[in-house]
Amino acid sequence: MVPLYMAFLVGGALCLIGQIIMDVTKPTITPGHILVGYISCGAILSGLGLYQPLVNIGGAGATIPLSGFGHLLAQGTIKAVEQKGLLGALSGGVEAAAAGITAAIVFGYVAAVLFDPKG
Amino acid sequence: MGMPNPDKLKKVEAEEYDTLVQQLKPKPAIFKNCVWAFTVGGLICVIAQLITNYLLVSGMSGTDASAFTSVIMIFLAAFFTGIGIYDELGKRAGAGSIVPITGFANAIVASAMEFKREGYIFGVGARIFTVAGPTLVFGFAVSVLIGLIKVFITS
Repeated sequence: MVPLYMAFLVGGALCLIGQIIMDVTKPTITPGHILVGYISCGAILSGLGLYQPLVNIGGAGATIPLSGFGHLLAQGTIKAVEQKGLLGALSGGVEAAAAGITAAIVFGYVAAVLFDPKG
Repeated sequence: MGMPNPDKLKKVEAEEYDTLVQQLKPKPAIFKNCVWAFTVGGLICVIAQLITNYLLVSGMSGTDASAFTSVIMIFLAAFFTGIGIYDELGKRAGAGSIVPITGFANAIVASAMEFKREGYIFGVGARIFTVAGPTLVFGFAVSVLIGLIKVFITS
């Protein structure tokens, strides 16, 4: 099991990078851009084999930032291609990330319906 | 002796005012923002690690524990966004509350909640994807590209 302080350090560092990018480029880069950038960069680094070492060190500190979601998509795709070939390139990513995507959409919808915006 | 040109005087005043503003204006609190982002982002990951450790101890496989942890974190973020706490945290934490998957769930709920008056199908149902849509599009596109490269390399 990954020690908690490593999850803190790796997760904190990934967020710190995002904060620096946002502060330096203000107001061009919005939170939306950060999410898109992290999922894409995470997937690319994962495809190059560079993200798994970070997961080994940081555990949830590497998988919970959205770059970890990109890693999940990339690894799912790579495994599926090994098993099914070309079809896997299309199915593997979503299969691996299905629980997270469905949870985000369903819980997100329910919460948005149940609660009203403040202020 | 002629009076100083009033236009010129105004210009000097404006310049003095500008330098004064520059001196008094608070420096962009980048350092403070970074400390907040690091701490809050790190703590969110620690909570997730605690959940993962608990699931691993109760006998779940590594992959399942990781996926289930994401689901729980998404649930918590959706709930805390609903009751208005997550966005309060976000005002200080910045990227610390955006980069984790909880920020993804927050973006979904926050953008959807604002559009209830447009109805539950094309208001809430569509606005869920204001931020989630682009994120998924690029995530999927990159992963398919990686898959195609993998197919190309192995064949």
